[in-house]
Amino acid sequence: MTEKKLGPIDKIPPGEGRVYSVDGENVAVFRTRSGALYATQAACPHRGGPLADGLIGGTTLICPLHAWKFDLSTGAALFGDCGIKTFRVHVDDALQIVLLVD
Amino acid sequence: MPKQNLVVIGNGMAGARAVEDILARGGADMFDITMFGEEPTGNYNRILLSNVLNGSYKEEDIFLNPLEWYRENNIRLLAGKRASGLLRRARLAYGEDGQPVPYDKLIIATGSRAFVPPIEGAQMPDGTLKPGVFVFRTLDDCRKIAAWAHGKQTAAVIGGGLLGLEAARGLQNFGLEVNVVHIGSHLMPQQLDAGAGAILKNSMEALGLKVLLKKNTSAVLGEDRVLGLRFADGATLECDMVIISAGIRANWEIAAGCGLTVERGIVVDDQLLTDDPNIYAVGECAQHRGHMYGLVAPLWEQTKVLADHITGRNTRAAYHGSKVATRLKVMGVEVASMGIVEPQLPDDEVVQFSEPKRGTYKKLIIRDGRLVGGILLGDISKAAYLIQTFDRNTPLPEERLHLLFDIGDPPKQVTFAEMGANTQVCNCNGVSKGAIVACVNAGKRNSKAVMDATRAGMGCGSCKSMVAEIVEWACGGETEEDPSVHYYVPGVPLAKPELIRAILERNLRSVSAVFNYLAGGKEDAASKPGLASLLKTLWKGEYEDEKDARFINERIHANIQKDGTFSVVPQMPGGITSPAQLHRIAFVAEKYHVPLVKLTGGQRIDLLGIRKDDLPKVWHDLDMPSGYAYGKSYRTCKSCVGSDFCRFGLGDAITLALKIENEFQGFDSPHKMKLATAGCPRNCSEAMVKDLGAVAVEGGKWEIYIGGAAGSSIRKGDVLCQVGSHEEVLRIMGRFIQYYRENAKYLERTHGFVERVGIEKIRAIVVEDSEGIAERLDREIAESKAAYKDPWKEMVREAAPEAALPASESRFASVLPVLS
Repeated sequence: MTEKKLGPIDKIPPGEGRVYSVDGENVAVFRTRSGALYATQAACPHRGGPLADGLIGGTTLICPLHAWKFDLSTGAALFGDCGIKTFRVHVDDALQIVLLVD
Repeated sequence: MPKQNLVVIGNGMAGARAVEDILARGGADMFDITMFGEEPTGNYNRILLSNVLNGSYKEEDIFLNPLEWYRENNIRLLAGKRASGLLRRARLAYGEDGQPVPYDKLIIATGSRAFVPPIEGAQMPDGTLKPGVFVFRTLDDCRKIAAWAHGKQTAAVIGGGLLGLEAARGLQNFGLEVNVVHIGSHLMPQQLDAGAGAILKNSMEALGLKVLLKKNTSAVLGEDRVLGLRFADGATLECDMVIISAGIRANWEIAAGCGLTVERGIVVDDQLLTDDPNIYAVGECAQHRGHMYGLVAPLWEQTKVLADHITGRNTRAAYHGSKVATRLKVMGVEVASMGIVEPQLPDDEVVQFSEPKRGTYKKLIIRDGRLVGGILLGDISKAAYLIQTFDRNTPLPEERLHLLFDIGDPPKQVTFAEMGANTQVCNCNGVSKGAIVACVNAGKRNSKAVMDATRAGMGCGSCKSMVAEIVEWACGGETEEDPSVHYYVPGVPLAKPELIRAILERNLRSVSAVFNYLAGGKEDAASKPGLASLLKTLWKGEYEDEKDARFINERIHANIQKDGTFSVVPQMPGGITSPAQLHRIAFVAEKYHVPLVKLTGGQRIDLLGIRKDDLPKVWHDLDMPSGYAYGKSYRTCKSCVGSDFCRFGLGDAITLALKIENEFQGFDSPHKMKLATAGCPRNCSEAMVKDLGAVAVEGGKWEIYIGGAAGSSIRKGDVLCQVGSHEEVLRIMGRFIQYYRENAKYLERTHGFVERVGIEKIRAIVVEDSEGIAERLDREIAESKAAYKDPWKEMVREAAPEAALPASESRFASVLPVLS
């Protein structure tokens, strides 16, 4: 397990997501309005939609292309045939986003 | 808090459903539940009994809650045990064996039993039915009838109501000759009038049934078993068996025995409470405001209120009675019936169509422009629409013909029963009829739940009504309405007028504030864009634009494509452009390697396949305003060449299109609005099938069309009015747009809105100012117009390096760099 510093948390406005390239793999990081952080694979398993451009509310994520739904905290599919990969992520004391990768 | 004892007397459809509803509201943590059930089984769907009799269902197919369900939910089921009495002061319920069961709360759901009229010889001296005489009410009755029917020749069914006809159909399957003996002058008097009853009789006789009307049965003949019937007019009928289906009577004895008020049924108030505050009654045994209900839909409404009240989930929940509508199939003949069957007041309007040869009959009774009764026989293709209209008491369109027929639409080829399971219903998301039915069978009992689960109807939306009809068909007419269909957005439990009032009263100016104050702090992702749109409409420039509430298209003002790139459509009202604009567009297309440059249906130029990172640069280099080709908003106004060059042109359509664009550009709305102007009725710009259109006619006038559509739905717009100038076109269009923005549900296009509200009402409000709001609507439009800013300019400015806002800095980056 290694820590990757992705950059300052204020790059992600509340309620939105952004994509980071981590060792060649794209990861979507979401910051909810209540302040929680979540990280998932960047592309929707359905047709490759950019999940970071989706709508989030609570822990629900909706893909912008065809509205497949996922639970941000578990990656489970709420609508659709397939879930998504999640990563552990938090903010450190310096307000930097820290992603844990294998 | 310690749990209370909840005792339910009756394990039929009402009792079990009440318990399900209570459990769904957290009742398992509040109550220890005990149920008395007279029948020795779990709970079954009584409506399907006739299908068991005719062999199309097996017994096990109709069970709703098998015995495991009771175990899994820790419900003590006293199966095969009848409750014999109540001791209210001690709060004890007694079984037949004298065993007391203590209760804190009690629900009586004892249902009803078959009524056996006093007919000589129907019963043996000991009070049991004569061998060969049956009632048809339970699985046990079903088994006895089937056992007796074997090898018999002739049967009589006393009672020509729905149940009687279903029993008759069941008996036919045993090869019997079946006579239906009915005391009244026509069949199914609860649901049909004389005309429909006569047609139904013909249809039944064509299927081999004998129907005897106005026959009052006076005696059952035969000493120790049935040999025949004798009627009051002296005639006789030989038969080997008799089923009595002459109505039902409520089982109220247990309530009367402990002093509760009983009339025809157990009298309850709007919370389904009897006059004992700890005892409820629900279902067929209950009498509410003088009415008793023998159908299942009212029962579902009652159990919901009861469960809300008993669990404290909503102590103000109230049952106000049910509007009774049914949809059923009698021996293959489809029947739908709602409300009254004959006009009752002198001004009641009757719309009627009868085609006896084909077995088709349609009749509607209209009062004050609303449906109060209806009968459909043979062809019930309009049933779903009519029942909904009846149920919600919505005003009917002026033109009555369309209530009865789909004129101009292609005929429905097959009924849902005949439709193959693989037939694709939703062509956007590829959902078959079979998938919808499977979803209903898995427990989703309304079209919204089915659409959420399968995505049927969630693409272009044009199949929504068919999905709703299939769901209703698959539920056997027992759909459960999801209250959220009345909400503006699913995540805030308010209809649009209440929502607007709450937003204005509490001065809520952001989507997060709406969730905090009106949805208990619970964010709902799918509800965000609808709320953002409404807030912008209400507060104009004074709205706090939280970008996360916007769908990506409106977040970055471009239309997302399948590969995550975007399309850019600059403003080009009326399809008018210039060499200078074309140069700039060509320059941008080359500089950014735009893969596809295409003309749109709105007479504009689309640059497709632009990377998100390039958007601000593209907008900067184009230096043209946004065409809003991505939003739930005013899109554009296209035009024909009008009167300047065209030899037929009657009015200046181009100038009008430019004025319209200038007036309404960027307006948020419940769904997209596409407009057009046409210089003459040849309609080259297709203004008559736009959300709003203006068509020049001879005499210097303009006809304004609203509610047109030529997308997934096709509809010619309704003429709202004729006006004499461009300025009047703008004013009337503005009023309609504002009225639509304030009253349509989110994602409701104008064609659906105009059909739902009715062109007459809209005309009265926006043209004749019947509600005195025209001036306010004009003012709102002026304020929205004043608040318009071109979003591309704003974003180019924001994204410029000197602004350096942290959020917008990253907004157009498709991938952000990583520090370590």
